[in-house]
Amino acid sequence: MEKTSKLAKIYLALVFIILYAPIFYLILYSFNSGGTMNSFDSFTWEHYAAVFSDTRLIMILINTVIVALLSALIATIIGVFGALGIVFMRNKSLRSSILSLNNVLIVSPDVVIGASFLILFTMIGVKLGFASVLISHIAFSIPIVVLMVLPKLQEMNSSLIDAAADLGATRKDILTRVIIPFIKPGIFVGFFMALTYSLDDFAVTFFVTGNGFTTLSVEIYSMARAGITLTINALTGIIFVVTLLLVIGYYFISQRGKKPVGLGVRK
Amino acid sequence: MQNKNSKSIYSVPYFVWILLFVIAPIALIAYYSFLDLSGNFTLDNYKNFFTSVYLKLTLSSFWYAFLITLFSLIIAYPTAYFLTKTKHKQLWLLLIIIPSWINLLLKTYAFIGIFGLSGPINAFLQVFGISEQQILFTDFSFIFVSVYIFIPFMILPIFNSLDKLNPSLIDASQDLGASSWTTFSKVIFPLTINGVKAGVQAVFIPSLSLFMITRLIAGNKVITLGTAIEQQFLVTQNWGMGSTIAVFLIIFMVIIMIITGQREKGATSYGKNK
Repeated sequence: MEKTSKLAKIYLALVFIILYAPIFYLILYSFNSGGTMNSFDSFTWEHYAAVFSDTRLIMILINTVIVALLSALIATIIGVFGALGIVFMRNKSLRSSILSLNNVLIVSPDVVIGASFLILFTMIGVKLGFASVLISHIAFSIPIVVLMVLPKLQEMNSSLIDAAADLGATRKDILTRVIIPFIKPGIFVGFFMALTYSLDDFAVTFFVTGNGFTTLSVEIYSMARAGITLTINALTGIIFVVTLLLVIGYYFISQRGKKPVGLGVRK
Repeated sequence: MQNKNSKSIYSVPYFVWILLFVIAPIALIAYYSFLDLSGNFTLDNYKNFFTSVYLKLTLSSFWYAFLITLFSLIIAYPTAYFLTKTKHKQLWLLLIIIPSWINLLLKTYAFIGIFGLSGPINAFLQVFGISEQQILFTDFSFIFVSVYIFIPFMILPIFNSLDKLNPSLIDASQDLGASSWTTFSKVIFPLTINGVKAGVQAVFIPSLSLFMITRLIAGNKVITLGTAIEQQFLVTQNWGMGSTIAVFLIIFMVIIMIITGQREKGATSYGKNK
């Protein structure tokens, strides 16, 4: 037992090093006064200054965050009610076909989603830009929210709802006081997954964004194709710190929320 | 009855979403695959697809996706397994997920520097007297970077299924005299196969359609189905041919989904029994 756990630690450490090395590599060279990612000359903040003085880049950053937050929020709302709709569906075969349809966008290759949305938007006349990007992000985030919420709903004992109804709770009460608190962990995970999907998406956005609107991914792609710019490195540094802060916040929220919920779930 | 109706009103946006963004796009892709450049009905796109150029492309695309999935699984399964054994496993899992929050383009960009001719890998090799190697723009770099990108998506579902596994089953297996390998192959792996399948789904299908990494890391040397679609849609502007390739990609996707499909009944009943 001792031996395997030591081996396990080394293995895990190796995986963690490989996972984080490229990120720290980028951040390290963001402080390099020489213009390359090969030899470190001396420490400088100039690349960070370049990010903050580049208003176009800042606008793109803000756009990306707005699209991510909005799309995750809307997708979570639609997805939660979608999951409720699926769970309360009586017809079993209909339910399973809806579930298959739900999963189509999750397993669909990004390129196919992007291409088909491009055709869709051109056909119904949505102007390519902020609207098309936001709608696409909502569209591909909904199924993941459903998938995160559904297991929680299935875990829930239906007699909880019956009990609430017997005790005189209205339908709204049942939803907000019984169902929602019970599935809250699933909703949170779904929201964060949707956020991740949106922030990470490149392919779909690349297809449906017009000339006027760019997200960070698409901008970095065109920058990286042009060659190495340490501004991208500085951007990585900023994004990494923000991500870390978000994750720490998320961890503490989920830890605090866990105790009462955990007790309920584990029986 | 009233209860049911009011609930279905709230789920209307969801069903509208299915209609507009799941069914309609697939129908549109299928429709466009029968159109030529000037919008007339044609079967030429399908004829073109069955020429050696596209068949070769499909095969190589599958081969790369297979390799990427295989390596991801080999690395991810032990990682997920060891993670479930750690003390603060949720925290460690979070640390695995954090890199997947860093924009995918940034991570790919990092490898342009790392694998570059005067990058750290080459500098490291030179210590051992190995001369500068062209790592960037090779199959190796393409597969390495892809595996790197996809690994968290493979770890997550496997971790979840391992975490749900009832530990007394493992104890029972060991008490009954099974070796660790037997316990793994007869108890742990079969019970977590759904997680593995979900992970394979999450890696294999995106691997078929990668186009950004092929451009940045493989330097147009590797052409996947995704690269071909992107080319047809955004460069050549031949939406018909692009849609035809997309139709085949969807067909492949459905086949993969059927193969890796989870038997829902088994999964839920297991969950409930616990």
